[in-house]
Amino acid sequence: MTALVRPARSGPSRAGRTLHAGPFAYTILIVAVLFSAFPFYWTIVAASRSNADLAKVPPALLPGRHLMRNFEAVLEEADIGKALLNSLLVSGSITLGTVLCCTLAGFAFAKLRFRGRGALLAVTVGTMMIPPQLGVIPLFMLIAELGWVNQLQSVILPGLVSAFGVFFMRQYLVQSLPDELIEAARVDGASTARIFWSIVVPIARPGMAVLGLLTFMAAWNDFFWPVVALSSSEPTVQVALRQLGGGYVHDQSVIMAGTLLGTLPVLLVFGLLGRQIVGGIMQGAVKG
Amino acid sequence: MFAAFGLFPLLYTAFVSLYRVELQAPGDMEWRGLGNYTALLGDEYFWVALRNTFTIGVLSTVPQLVTALGLAHLLNYRMRGRTFLRTAVLLPYATSVAAATLVFAQLFGRDFGLINYALGLVGIDPVDWQNDTVASQIAVSTVVIWRWTGYNALIYLAGMQSIPDELYEAAAMDGASRWRQFFHVTLPGLRPTILFTVVVSTIGATQLFGEPLLLEGSISGGISHQYQTLGLYMYEQGWGFFHLGRAAAIAWVMFLLIVVLVGLNALIARRRSRKEARR
Repeated sequence: MTALVRPARSGPSRAGRTLHAGPFAYTILIVAVLFSAFPFYWTIVAASRSNADLAKVPPALLPGRHLMRNFEAVLEEADIGKALLNSLLVSGSITLGTVLCCTLAGFAFAKLRFRGRGALLAVTVGTMMIPPQLGVIPLFMLIAELGWVNQLQSVILPGLVSAFGVFFMRQYLVQSLPDELIEAARVDGASTARIFWSIVVPIARPGMAVLGLLTFMAAWNDFFWPVVALSSSEPTVQVALRQLGGGYVHDQSVIMAGTLLGTLPVLLVFGLLGRQIVGGIMQGAVKG
Repeated sequence: MFAAFGLFPLLYTAFVSLYRVELQAPGDMEWRGLGNYTALLGDEYFWVALRNTFTIGVLSTVPQLVTALGLAHLLNYRMRGRTFLRTAVLLPYATSVAAATLVFAQLFGRDFGLINYALGLVGIDPVDWQNDTVASQIAVSTVVIWRWTGYNALIYLAGMQSIPDELYEAAAMDGASRWRQFFHVTLPGLRPTILFTVVVSTIGATQLFGEPLLLEGSISGGISHQYQTLGLYMYEQGWGFFHLGRAAAIAWVMFLLIVVLVGLNALIARRRSRKEARR
């Protein structure tokens, strides 16, 4: 089942459509890539300039020398250091929790027989259609009641399981886990828990890795709920960026330095594992 | 357990929307019946937000999906560095709403923004991307388009790869050009994928929140609410003015809007495929 982690390759059998790209196709694609990449480049340029440089006409197009100074300013003014640490804690917990819970639930939906399985799965998938705005108000009233407003667990706990993840792991396990393997283990007297740890988890590992990547990126970049549940004293990176952009800091180059710091971790993940992410999205799309 | 996550918020939000609930004391609830809804209908900014959500939705979704379709077609060619190109067009997906919007807010700056500078080079006067209604909505849509086009292109690409080769071979034998193959084999084959992306993008557009919030950091979506979306309007009512009951009513309006739009999409799709079957 390597297909899940690698984009499907079109082999020689696809002769009917494997047209070779001409100069036209390359040109358009390179322009598209430049459009994709330019805002990143510009963030670096703006983050490494002084505010006065940015107010010049014509504007500076190359990186300058103020990167470190701007980083220091943003660490001081917006406490980005704490925000980065919080984000790491939140995204890490959510990723671990989601991968574990969704593998368990996905296994149950894929291979265990129980009453109302189909209906439960339908409800789970159905929740993906419900906008987060609907969940936010009951959730907010709940955390207000518990006294958790502005505490990290209010962001971590609701993120520990996701309908998408359950569905993703179910699809993965339906395909890659043969029933015979489970039956054989049962005959040998293994409990369901034992089967899960010794058979399901090793087989599910590539799927779990892709789910973990997608979950980490989504959790790191989540905006709406953290903005509602947290405030300036206990921010995630996204909440801190909102404050930077909300007029507390007027220095454009400092704002861009904060943006750069907040984006770097996820860009790093993307740079190292982009191929797997592409594969995961394409596979999820075919199944969805 | 899952009923708790899906159904409960839906019903509880509906329940809250019938009460007066203030943010400072969410435990105290006072019955209002449909009062929150009628107040909403009488609020001019609700209608502004509804209209903005619609226009920004169209401005962002249509170009995004058309471009994605074209990119996917090109990415499906045999070429050097294909994996690199596929990964590179997905790069914007890795950024957050907050980061992307802050960068674009700077690029769209009125006095020193790069975009106005570039427009100036070709002789176009500076555009006020923050205060002009159409321009500010274009600015918000640009952020959405930039972040999601590559993602949608990959979804189309996955759909294209599941179209059977025999169809292309048959079309090629009948002498169909590349263009005709694209229109008569690829597009019909992609119909379920296209419907999927239209539905997902519609849902996304209905909920737009971070982009209009951060374009200049105000929760009213500009001085005259010129780019305030329903998502932002809900936040303003609930967490800006502390009316949680009112915010719940807005959330329910958003949900109904999504149900109607998704239903409409499904209806159009079914009608079209029936028409085609008759041909």
